[in-house]
Amino acid sequence: MFYREAGQFKTSYRDDSAIFPIRQDRIAIVAIALVAFVVVPAVASPYVFSGILIPFLILALAALGLNILTGYAGQLSLGTAAFMAVGAFASYNFMLRVPGMPVLLAFVCGGVMAAGVGVLFGLPSLRIRGFYLAVATLAAQFFVVWCLAKVGWFSNYSSSGVITAQPIEILGYRFDQPQSKYLLVLTIVSLLALAAKNLARSNLGRKWMAVRDMDVAAEVIGIRMMHTKLSAFAISSFYCGIAGALYAYAYLGTVEPEAYNLDLSFRILFMIIIGGVGSVLGAFLGSAFITLMPIFLNIGIGFLEHSGLNIPSSITSNLETMVFGALIIFFLIVEPHGLARLWTIGKEKLRLWPFPH
Amino acid sequence: MTFFLEVLIGGLLSGVMYSLVALGFVLIYKASGVLNFAQGGMVFFAALTFVGLTEVGLNFWLAMPATLVVMVVLGLATERIVLRPLVNQPQIALFMATIGLAFFIEGLAQMLWGANVRGLELGIQDEPIGWVSDATGINVSKFDLVAAGIAAALVTSLALFFSRTRIGRALRAVADDHQAALAVGIPLQQIWAIVWGVAGFVALVAGLLWGARNGVQFALTFVALKALPVLILGGFESIPGAIVGGLIIGASEKVAEVYLGPLVGGGIEGWFPYVLALLFLLVRPEGLFGEKIIRRI
Repeated sequence: MFYREAGQFKTSYRDDSAIFPIRQDRIAIVAIALVAFVVVPAVASPYVFSGILIPFLILALAALGLNILTGYAGQLSLGTAAFMAVGAFASYNFMLRVPGMPVLLAFVCGGVMAAGVGVLFGLPSLRIRGFYLAVATLAAQFFVVWCLAKVGWFSNYSSSGVITAQPIEILGYRFDQPQSKYLLVLTIVSLLALAAKNLARSNLGRKWMAVRDMDVAAEVIGIRMMHTKLSAFAISSFYCGIAGALYAYAYLGTVEPEAYNLDLSFRILFMIIIGGVGSVLGAFLGSAFITLMPIFLNIGIGFLEHSGLNIPSSITSNLETMVFGALIIFFLIVEPHGLARLWTIGKEKLRLWPFPH
Repeated sequence: MTFFLEVLIGGLLSGVMYSLVALGFVLIYKASGVLNFAQGGMVFFAALTFVGLTEVGLNFWLAMPATLVVMVVLGLATERIVLRPLVNQPQIALFMATIGLAFFIEGLAQMLWGANVRGLELGIQDEPIGWVSDATGINVSKFDLVAAGIAAALVTSLALFFSRTRIGRALRAVADDHQAALAVGIPLQQIWAIVWGVAGFVALVAGLLWGARNGVQFALTFVALKALPVLILGGFESIPGAIVGGLIIGASEKVAEVYLGPLVGGGIEGWFPYVLALLFLLVRPEGLFGEKIIRRI
């Protein structure tokens, strides 16, 4: 009833191939954008910005990048954080070494460098597949982080290895408040998400999905394997690179190799699995889930402590790990297609409600 | 030359230790097609449980079977609670579930036994064997040699188990084709329970040896990361592959660390095995002994 497209006639091909063909979707998107751009900045506290919203958006962007590679093109990768690290360090070096480099351009250059590294480590995907490829992408993870830590040039010979990121300044305006950083991140992430949504519907996106579903068949019908797989690696790594640069500049405030460890790669993989593989919405839902869960767990444990139970901190931190692991297993068992699938089912229900069929 | 031989032998012996961990992965992959990322967590859990039990007062010969029981129960519970509901899901979902399991097991182990580093004494000295050093000038650690011997015994018995016994044949049938195995009346879930039990046993042996060598600490979980390049080099479904892969990775890693490391700033053992395995895969995409998959439309 609430979500019924009856009466919405499409009279041109343009309407038919619109990105949001249903009116309710368009209204919802505009409403979400309004809330995100206008309402949230007006009401949220600095902690909410820098502790929840900014990491949520940045990790959603990285998850989007991984989703392009794993969800759409079907190439499992465990090296996401490495590509993020490349983006961050490349942006840092572009800003450091090119005088007058605009920040946004540095981010884009960081993304392009990450795309280059992504293509390099994507080359084996032409020969190997499945878990062999997943383990091979771990080579990227370990090699890149080692390289960034060992080669002094990348970190400008900083002795500690932890570098303070340059301030973000665009056209003379300095983004140093959580609120302004949030708006900047939100703008970049929304634009890239829109681009990803369109990309998935394009010729290229369809090729990716064909390769994912059955690569031999895709090759037989004339899809160029090399071009398709490597473009997936390049674009995915570009997204991850931008996310990595934002992670360093807008969230951490420092550029350091240790921030981009295997744990981060796994967290991003969890996001797309829990959110939904092969779905733009899923990347956001998964990121929200993984970002919010530790916070809720902490609150829950704090609540237990308030109610008189005295739990040593060593147990609470381990309990957190256990609940995290258990929740992931639980979600996989209950809904292997992720939160995005739940949303699809919900839409179907809303369309029929209050009738059963 | 003596020095090179020493490095090489040390590498080969530590490669055997990698094989031991890789073996746990291979067992489960062979029988259920799951890349069990929690193997590292299981190694850690086994070692920590063993040390915890000896601290409580059990002696070695009591703690060993007690830990084995715990590991088998853990394996069975994993099969029942995690894998059975996920039958028929894509491999990536199963893989993710085992990552979740790894988190769970690591948290559980540390919650039960605490997070501090403990020593583990097996009664084997980690010192050069006297007469070998005297005769050839090469230092070969006694501990490494014993570990290699144990690993060799384990591999031989597993290989025999797989090829000679009724259960072993059933295991291979399940690995080949779940449905066909079910159709001829092989109890799939029972087979999986056995595999997880055996994997728990392998994790215990690996945990004891690794724990005795490096101390029982959280870092033990990272031995799983050492085993992954061994796996892709040897092939996921091959027990000989795990051994040969382990030897290659162990030897080349040590040799590279000693001769190549100083040129590039050291610390290369974190990624060198991966890059080596990756380059190798470009030549043989299914690893050394992996099954060649014929792909049809």
